[in-house]
Amino acid sequence: MKAVLWLCGLFWSVVASSAPVTVVDHAKSEIKFVSKQMNVPVEGDFKKFQVQFVFDPDKLASSKASINVEMASIDTGSSEGDAEVQRKPWFNTKEHPRATFQSSSVKALGGGKYEVGGKLMIKGRSKDVAVPFTARKVTDGTLLEGAFSMNRKDFGIGEGAWDDPETVAYEVQIKFKFLGKSK
Amino acid sequence: MILGSVALGLYMVELELSPQKLKLFSWHKWAGVTIFMLAVIRVLWRFVSPPPPYPDMPAWQRMAAHATHGAIYVLIFAIPLSGWLMSSAFGFQTVYFGVFPIPDLLAKNKELAESLKELHEILNIVLWLLLLAHVAAALKHHYVDRDAVLYRMLPLAKDPTGAK
Repeated sequence: MKAVLWLCGLFWSVVASSAPVTVVDHAKSEIKFVSKQMNVPVEGDFKKFQVQFVFDPDKLASSKASINVEMASIDTGSSEGDAEVQRKPWFNTKEHPRATFQSSSVKALGGGKYEVGGKLMIKGRSKDVAVPFTARKVTDGTLLEGAFSMNRKDFGIGEGAWDDPETVAYEVQIKFKFLGKSK
Repeated sequence: MILGSVALGLYMVELELSPQKLKLFSWHKWAGVTIFMLAVIRVLWRFVSPPPPYPDMPAWQRMAAHATHGAIYVLIFAIPLSGWLMSSAFGFQTVYFGVFPIPDLLAKNKELAESLKELHEILNIVLWLLLLAHVAAALKHHYVDRDAVLYRMLPLAKDPTGAK
């Protein structure tokens, strides 16, 4: 009996995991951010990240995503900016080399729009976020695109002297684009 | 204003990145925009009120003076322009007083930005060499030649020699 149950369990886990995990073309994907410095929007991005997602508009309940961002791969637009944000007041990349996002739910907003809810963890602090995105078929796969705003204070990003919204605004916009390759 | 902006520029680039540094960079950029606009006004004024003719002096001196003046005029435009283009290429837009965005003419391009940064520095050095020459020449006219050249630059000073 135990063996049967175990086999059933095994079978179930195989079925459950057989939903196609999309392979993401990282060269055609991006994670950008826009911060406001002295009221001037400045764009930067992360060069290295890993994304895995399962997305099926007909099976949103089993759709999911997990994202890993290598914080040291940041490009702020200037080399001294890159060096600065690795330090303790910002991302403290030595102790927290990665930021992650783990989805918990996906729902449809209508009109090709969706919203993924999940935990965003940066600098060891996590927060529930709801991120709107669009999904569309393109020639080489499925393109997920979205943007949301976060408050850098929620994660202790830019502390001490940098805790000054006049020079660097608290609100930071995150924009992403993930291309899932079609098999 | 140019003097202050150059001093600020020299000081701020030496600073470690800090909120203060971001502020100073913005101020420096605003000063640059202002200098550019003042330069436009200066050139327009030159048409309204042309400078008096050069006094008697050797042809080579006249040519040198003319070339120096021309170059200084070019530079008071070129230096703010190069700074603005450099900012664009670095991806840091210039927003005058944090309110009026000045469009980026160049797309983000680090290599081009580094070249423009060098250009911005070199043009500044050239400007200071020319200013030095200009001041030296003016003093030479005043103290060595004892002519009225210095007076023709000063709006309020009366020319004691009575020459025009």
